[in-house]
Amino acid sequence: MPRREGGTFNAASMADIAFLLLIFFLVATTMDIDTGLSRKLPPMPDPNAQQDNKQIKERNVFVVLINAQDQLMVEGKPLDIRRLRDEAKEFIANPNNLSNLPEKELREVPYFGEYMVPKGIISLQNDRGTSYGMYIKVQNELAAAYNELRDELAMSKFGKRYEHLISEQQDAVKDIYPQIISEAEPKNIGGN
Amino acid sequence: MAKFQRKGKGAAPEISTASLPDIIFILLFFFMVSTVMRETTTKVSQHLPGATEVKKLERKSLVSYIYIGQPKRAFQGMYGTEPRIQLNDAFARVDDIRDYITSEREKRDENERPLMTTSLKVDENTRMGVVTDVKQELRKANALKINYSTRKVETIN
Repeated sequence: MPRREGGTFNAASMADIAFLLLIFFLVATTMDIDTGLSRKLPPMPDPNAQQDNKQIKERNVFVVLINAQDQLMVEGKPLDIRRLRDEAKEFIANPNNLSNLPEKELREVPYFGEYMVPKGIISLQNDRGTSYGMYIKVQNELAAAYNELRDELAMSKFGKRYEHLISEQQDAVKDIYPQIISEAEPKNIGGN
Repeated sequence: MAKFQRKGKGAAPEISTASLPDIIFILLFFFMVSTVMRETTTKVSQHLPGATEVKKLERKSLVSYIYIGQPKRAFQGMYGTEPRIQLNDAFARVDDIRDYITSEREKRDENERPLMTTSLKVDENTRMGVVTDVKQELRKANALKINYSTRKVETIN
């Protein structure tokens, strides 16, 4: 027989009810944090606007092509993906001021004063048959090249890693190494 | 001060379970606060590629998702094995993306619309053709902020 003393009720099943609710929430929700590579697409060209024939010098463009067999061609030569990062860094920074790598432009940058800012851009083109995994690998390597350069610059100037800088300093570093990856209109050669 | 009156009485004291519901409720609230409701069930296989330079996707309420991949086994009879696009809970065609983006935009507050991001959850083994088509549609819909969803890994290759 249950004892009843001054209006207390049996709270033993409370735990079961709470468990049921808990299990419901465990099943119905997700906790995974979405991570990924953020990019900005170029806006659609205005059909009425006049063709802008601004030529970019060949030395300022780093051409990366991926074919339908997931092979890489960089600046006209086949390249292994593992070397892409270093090649890209070499191109973007042009540390030895070589004449076949991008030009630099003297510009006023906060914190740095007058600074020779390289003008290189990366052009990425893939085939419709390229696998998405390969595409992401290339995007990742190019992003890594920029991130490493920014880190190095932040280290030498502020003695801190890029991510630990205050946002004004980050903007200044970004001014010097803006991440410009231009994607050409896709082409279909390898079938599929 | 507490007195230990029952000490040495012989029979093991019972553990009070009165606080068990409270403990469970604390757990429950923790999960309710820290998680988000699963909105869609994916009907396409999702083996995301790995990358090292990933960033966290902030403001989940402003993110709309596009899933691309091979239909899961249960749907292969009807939809085949070619990679398909999934929007919300249904398979869709490339042309549906613009309507999807418009309806997603309608759901958000006016001043938050420029911050909206489209997250592309694409299976590793998909060919770029369909991804490119989707990107072109997004450009036409003027949804320019995108995020290639990837797993975080320490090294690739």
